[in-house]
Amino acid sequence: MAALVIAEHDNVALRAATLNAVAAAAEIAGQDVDILVAGKDCRPVAEAAAKIAGVKRVLLADDAAYEHALAENVAPLVVKLAENFSHLLATATTSGKNLMPRVAALLDVMQISDISAVVSPDTFVRPIYAGNALATVQSTDPVKVITVRGTAFPPVEATGGAAAVEPVAGTGAAGISEFVGAELSKSERPELTSARIVISGGRGMQSGENFHLLEKVADKLGAAVGASRAAVDAGFVPNDYQVGQTGKIVAPELYIAVGISGAIQHLAGMKDSKVIVAINKDEEAPIFQIADYGLVGDLFKLLPELADELERRQ
Amino acid sequence: MKALVAVKRVIDYNVKIRVKADKTGVETANVKMSMNPFDEIAVEEALRLREAGIVDEIIAVSLGIAQCQETIRTALAMGADRGVLVQTDGELQPLAVAKLLKAVIQQESPEIVIIGKQAIDDDCNQTGQMLSALLGWPQATFASKIKISDEHAEVAREVDGGLETVAIKLPAVITTDLRLNEPRYASLPNIMKAKKKPIATTTPEALGVDVTPRLTVLKVEEPPKRQGGGKVGSVAELVDKLKTEARVI
Repeated sequence: MAALVIAEHDNVALRAATLNAVAAAAEIAGQDVDILVAGKDCRPVAEAAAKIAGVKRVLLADDAAYEHALAENVAPLVVKLAENFSHLLATATTSGKNLMPRVAALLDVMQISDISAVVSPDTFVRPIYAGNALATVQSTDPVKVITVRGTAFPPVEATGGAAAVEPVAGTGAAGISEFVGAELSKSERPELTSARIVISGGRGMQSGENFHLLEKVADKLGAAVGASRAAVDAGFVPNDYQVGQTGKIVAPELYIAVGISGAIQHLAGMKDSKVIVAINKDEEAPIFQIADYGLVGDLFKLLPELADELERRQ
Repeated sequence: MKALVAVKRVIDYNVKIRVKADKTGVETANVKMSMNPFDEIAVEEALRLREAGIVDEIIAVSLGIAQCQETIRTALAMGADRGVLVQTDGELQPLAVAKLLKAVIQQESPEIVIIGKQAIDDDCNQTGQMLSALLGWPQATFASKIKISDEHAEVAREVDGGLETVAIKLPAVITTDLRLNEPRYASLPNIMKAKKKPIATTTPEALGVDVTPRLTVLKVEEPPKRQGGGKVGSVAELVDKLKTEARVI
């Protein structure tokens, strides 16, 4: 048994999501976990990956073709490396979801998507129907290509390891796709999927401007700010704020849902949070059924009160 | 150019699913079925490309049991020109679906293939990527904007940190995300008209594709229930409880 984890990074820094995939890989393959860092001028990333606890080897493929992680270019590299591994893993982020099925198809194997538990090296649990059911599936394929639900596997330590970094030859560019540009949201706040506390707003926020009320509370708590699909569809905030079946899956220590009714769609993205707080003026809102602490009332009055109270008791 | 869209028949997104008592799957008998919402977005996008004069024919493909005809009819009622049903009673997993679509595509030669990024039943999010890999075509997943020019498509993609734009050579596979468009409803006259549009039927055997499942579903269970319903009376009480009882702040 040997597992290869595909690192997620921006050529400068390793993304924290990689640590969740390493955790899943270690459950499967124990000490036999390698990491692939494919990028351009990305040695600092490989050096960071080498420090991850429990990693045996870092494979570094440094080539202009991998700069923007285009699946058409990276998939053949992973396929070439696959013969030495029983398991190939990535976290189920947009980047992992983009790449891994392409790898699986080239290897003529089924991908096992978004696993939430490892039962044995060939058997996994994965949520279906937006988490309203859990399927236990066994793979009969020779290589298991897996994406990992990050929130289901606590990250391994980012430091403490001392793996060797080995360069590997690239496979070049496929020449059928190119990166044009990116508009990434800039935020001083923690990232949604790795934040310890998340505060999200729904349609009840009434406008994008009103999100500053949430942001004030978020800043007192060091929280990330999210939104329901209703708030995104209404144009209050960009889509990358979206928590839910069709957005991001989060499971923070504390999730505060404000002006969110609790559609199944939204619950699918946050119901594994440790503690859930709901603030809503409609006491019949379904969100209260899963909330540990429900507060019924007008959010425009309660949010400033909450910010003041947190300030006072800090 | 020719566009091909793939449409999956799934349990309607408004239905609260029930896990079967024998844990073999979820109850589908007497449950409302609809087109996968992401595939509706794919059909809509193909229609808009046709209205813009870029696409001249739209073929809707569905794979599965005979009732998948209804899903194809929905696509035809929205405006697709004709349908192809790959009929089989067996379970189809994404790799098999990708192989079947590849076989259909080799017969139909579309320049652009648009499908939903994931189906809301198995939540796999694989078929588009697998299909483009098997065809050796480029892929643009999670599309929120598509611009076609000459032999290229420029696609804005929804990624975790925001938006990313890629340029891909046609032919290509594009998978849809939610914000790409809002699908239209089929009008009654169009529903009537759709009944006369042709649907060709074929089978995995006729296409020469082995669809044996690679994953065995050992069991399907309900997730653990969450104990909620607690209430607090004020902001002060909430902060108190979070500090002293839950100890999360």
